[in-house]
Amino acid sequence: MIFEQILFFLAAAGAIGGALGVVLLRNPFFSVLALVGHLLALAVLFLLLRAEFVAAAQVVVYAGAVMVLYVFVVAYIGGIEEPVGPSAGPLRVLGPLFAGVLLIEIAIATIGSGLRAVSSAGPAVGDNFGSPEAIGALLLQKFLIAFEGASFLLLIAAVAAVVLAQRRRGLEEAGGETPLQIGRRPPTGPQADDPAAAGTGGPAGRPIDERTPTAAQGS
Amino acid sequence: MMPPPVIPSAVWWAWVVLLLPLVGTAGIALGWKLLPGRLAGYLGSLTVGLSFLAGIAAYFSLEELPPEGRKLVSSAYTYIGTGNLNVDLSILVDPLSVFMVLVVTGVSFLIHVYSIAYLGSDRGYARFFSYLNFFVFSMLLLVLAGNVVLLIVGWAFVGAASYLLISFWYRRDTATTAGIKAFVINVIGDVGLVVAAFLILDRLGTLDYLGAFEAVRQVPEGDGTIVAACLLLLVGAFAKSGQLPLHTWLPDAMEGPTPVSALIHAATMVTAGVYLIARFHPLFERAPAAAAVGAIIGTLTLLFAATVALVSTDLKRIIAYSTISQIGYMILGVCAFAYSAGMFHLMTHAFFKALLFMGAGSVVSALGLTNGSIDRMGGFRKAMPFTFATFTIGAGALAGLPLLSGFFSKDEIIAYTLHRGGLYTVLGICAYVAAVLTAFYAFRMVFRVFFGEPVPEAEQLAEGELAHVEPRNPLTGEEEDTDVGFPGPEHHIAERSFPMKAAMAPLALLAIVGGVVAIPGVTAGVETFLEPTFADSAYLLDRPPEGEQITGLVIGGVLALLGVAAAYFVYLRRPGLAGSAQRRLAGVHAFFFNAWYLNQLYDRLFVRPSRAAGRFGRTTVERVFVQSTIVGGASGVVRAGTALARAIQTGYLRAYALLLLLGVCALALYFLIASG
Amino acid sequence: MGIAWFVVLSAFIFCIGAAGVLTRRNPLVILLCLELMLNAGNLALLSFARAYGNGDGQVFALIVMVVAACEVVIGLGLIVAMYRNKLAIDADEMSELRG
Repeated sequence: MIFEQILFFLAAAGAIGGALGVVLLRNPFFSVLALVGHLLALAVLFLLLRAEFVAAAQVVVYAGAVMVLYVFVVAYIGGIEEPVGPSAGPLRVLGPLFAGVLLIEIAIATIGSGLRAVSSAGPAVGDNFGSPEAIGALLLQKFLIAFEGASFLLLIAAVAAVVLAQRRRGLEEAGGETPLQIGRRPPTGPQADDPAAAGTGGPAGRPIDERTPTAAQGS
Repeated sequence: MMPPPVIPSAVWWAWVVLLLPLVGTAGIALGWKLLPGRLAGYLGSLTVGLSFLAGIAAYFSLEELPPEGRKLVSSAYTYIGTGNLNVDLSILVDPLSVFMVLVVTGVSFLIHVYSIAYLGSDRGYARFFSYLNFFVFSMLLLVLAGNVVLLIVGWAFVGAASYLLISFWYRRDTATTAGIKAFVINVIGDVGLVVAAFLILDRLGTLDYLGAFEAVRQVPEGDGTIVAACLLLLVGAFAKSGQLPLHTWLPDAMEGPTPVSALIHAATMVTAGVYLIARFHPLFERAPAAAAVGAIIGTLTLLFAATVALVSTDLKRIIAYSTISQIGYMILGVCAFAYSAGMFHLMTHAFFKALLFMGAGSVVSALGLTNGSIDRMGGFRKAMPFTFATFTIGAGALAGLPLLSGFFSKDEIIAYTLHRGGLYTVLGICAYVAAVLTAFYAFRMVFRVFFGEPVPEAEQLAEGELAHVEPRNPLTGEEEDTDVGFPGPEHHIAERSFPMKAAMAPLALLAIVGGVVAIPGVTAGVETFLEPTFADSAYLLDRPPEGEQITGLVIGGVLALLGVAAAYFVYLRRPGLAGSAQRRLAGVHAFFFNAWYLNQLYDRLFVRPSRAAGRFGRTTVERVFVQSTIVGGASGVVRAGTALARAIQTGYLRAYALLLLLGVCALALYFLIASG
Repeated sequence: MGIAWFVVLSAFIFCIGAAGVLTRRNPLVILLCLELMLNAGNLALLSFARAYGNGDGQVFALIVMVVAACEVVIGLGLIVAMYRNKLAIDADEMSELRG
């Protein structure tokens, strides 16, 4: 029991640490690495929950394949440091704030509500729980349609990836992609004072006055 | 088994009379492209001519019926059929309406024929005849109506037709202004008429003529509602007939083409007021106060108009004022309960006034214009003999020269008026005074236009050359062209166009012999014919004795000859006399010349405040209140409201994500609270 | 060792991930934070699977993993396309759908 608890706290610390690393590290490459660590910690937690197959899949597929994909893309793009520009001011505060609110709500929901299910450690399960045979049986019997749907989804994603990554042929000069002009707009939205209302209020106001003199001339 | 009731053929003929001009209007209006040249004119004249013949047939078939049965009502369909109110589309065929039908269709037919030539080169030829037919239809609807509702409909249509025809040359600003003025003043009369209809319905319970006239017999004399209704009917009558104080539109209405002046503002539309009072005579006899008011105003008008006609210089305006004056006579007649006298004068007036206008049209055409001042005219006698002859006949009838038609009709009215006694005696004497003035100004016109030194246009015409001037507005002198909306390039005089002669000659004949039907003591044609309509009048048998009538005729004849002699003296014997009198009595002259400054008074009283109110409405109410506050405010509120929604659509991914998170938080909170 | 611990931990990770999505501008990092959130969800699913002694939660978690993989593929493809078209790799710059 103790062993479990220690392992839990270690893995939890690792998971949280990794999560914080993803969010807080500036260099995206380091964020990717932090996520890998997080995923491995999570795999340990999955094992604690008697989900052996899922843990294995997590390590092999998620940490192994998906993260490698990330590493490739980061390498391709270059680990650009995030510009310390005029980032959205209010969001820096509001984001974590509301996340915190959500956390508190879920915590209250979980702990404060006194649910019988979550307060126990769960029923005793056999050795078969979480094994590949059990998962496989479920996938192919109870959740067959979800299984097939998932495979279909993977197909779509693969096609989409090919389409997205395609170079447009024949539209650009030899040796480069078509550059796009990007218009720089001043930041508007809830954080800026609203030039939108003033901007449309002005031009729309003028035609009203222009119409009255012509109506007067008509009479 | 009863045989089905026989519908007298008079009724069928009456429907034919009514519907033929409508067919003419619609036909010409819809098919004007298929009517080349003067075909529209022939078609328009044909429908009215056939209508006249149908009117004659109606007259004969009505005469076949016994006198008590000469009030025929025919309903096309029931328009309103509730418990308290029943209004049908019904016509009343009785002697009064048939009389009016004959006068209207007869004179209209001749005027249509006159217009075939007079407007020959006008680009709006077909439109003119469509409008004229529409007018005839409206007027017939008015006189044939069997209930007040249909009367109001006809009344309004006639007003509309008058507007359309006055503004016929619509590119002339003066014409459109005159049309609007006529319409606005007519609307005042319409309001009076409609409110009178309400009062009649309230007091008598029905809007049907025969029913109402039956019911009013139970009403005591001098009943307040009936007096009010009669006064309001008078308002309507005065607006339509151009009496004081609602007369200002008539002289301005001379902006319309001369046939329009002849038809509408001499013979038919302006007589609608007289017809109204005659038709509603049972009500007026129950409200003698209202009748007295009408008589007084009629007399005032006839004096007023006579004084203005004395000094006016615009030829058509002189004739217009004389119309106002003569209708004053008719109103005096019917308000003095001398119905047949009034209607008789209506008939003879239609003849000689239309004739005068037609002659005036010919004369101003000789000047190359559509209207003109008599200062520019003179000595047309040799160049235009036919016009001279017919014009003089018309003027003589107007003046009341012995044995012409106007002589008998006007003096019959005055005789009846004097016979009434009391207040009416004074009115009768005023009418005699005005008769002298009438004779004077009638022959002032004749002598000024046809006698004296020939003006250049007259000399040219005598040599065979018709004057041709640059098209311009006769009132303001503005330059015009001759395209659509303006008069055509050619001007037609009677001597040279057969249709004009063909129209004027019968009228001249009627103006001479028309009086034959009512020579006191010898014939009583009009009176006998109209008797079934006025059989319920208390004054039916209250005729002045023959002696009085003959005396009246003699006095009238003498006064007329006096007036003519005075005009001869002033204008032919001592030509400078008029000028020197004008200089010495300059103030009086100016007062009369400006029509007693009534136009200016109305301008200050009504037009300027209305215009100021309109300006105030536009600048203050409209701009500040409506546009800025209500319209601007409403749209501002919407814009402000949507600004909030727009603010959310920032395009920033993270902002949307924040909103998502917000939503999730809110949901979680809800479930938290809901579950306890 | 009650399941509540795991659930609270998953909530914690979820909220960290949410805060990260809202705070970071680099789309790559946003995707990573999205992964965090998905994994937190997985953790919760597996916790409840253990709590009820049911394998359904585990299958669900597997499917979520599949979905996450697909989403990563598309997301990274988008980022690569952005890079190829010389657009700035910045979420705030992609604001042409503003109203």
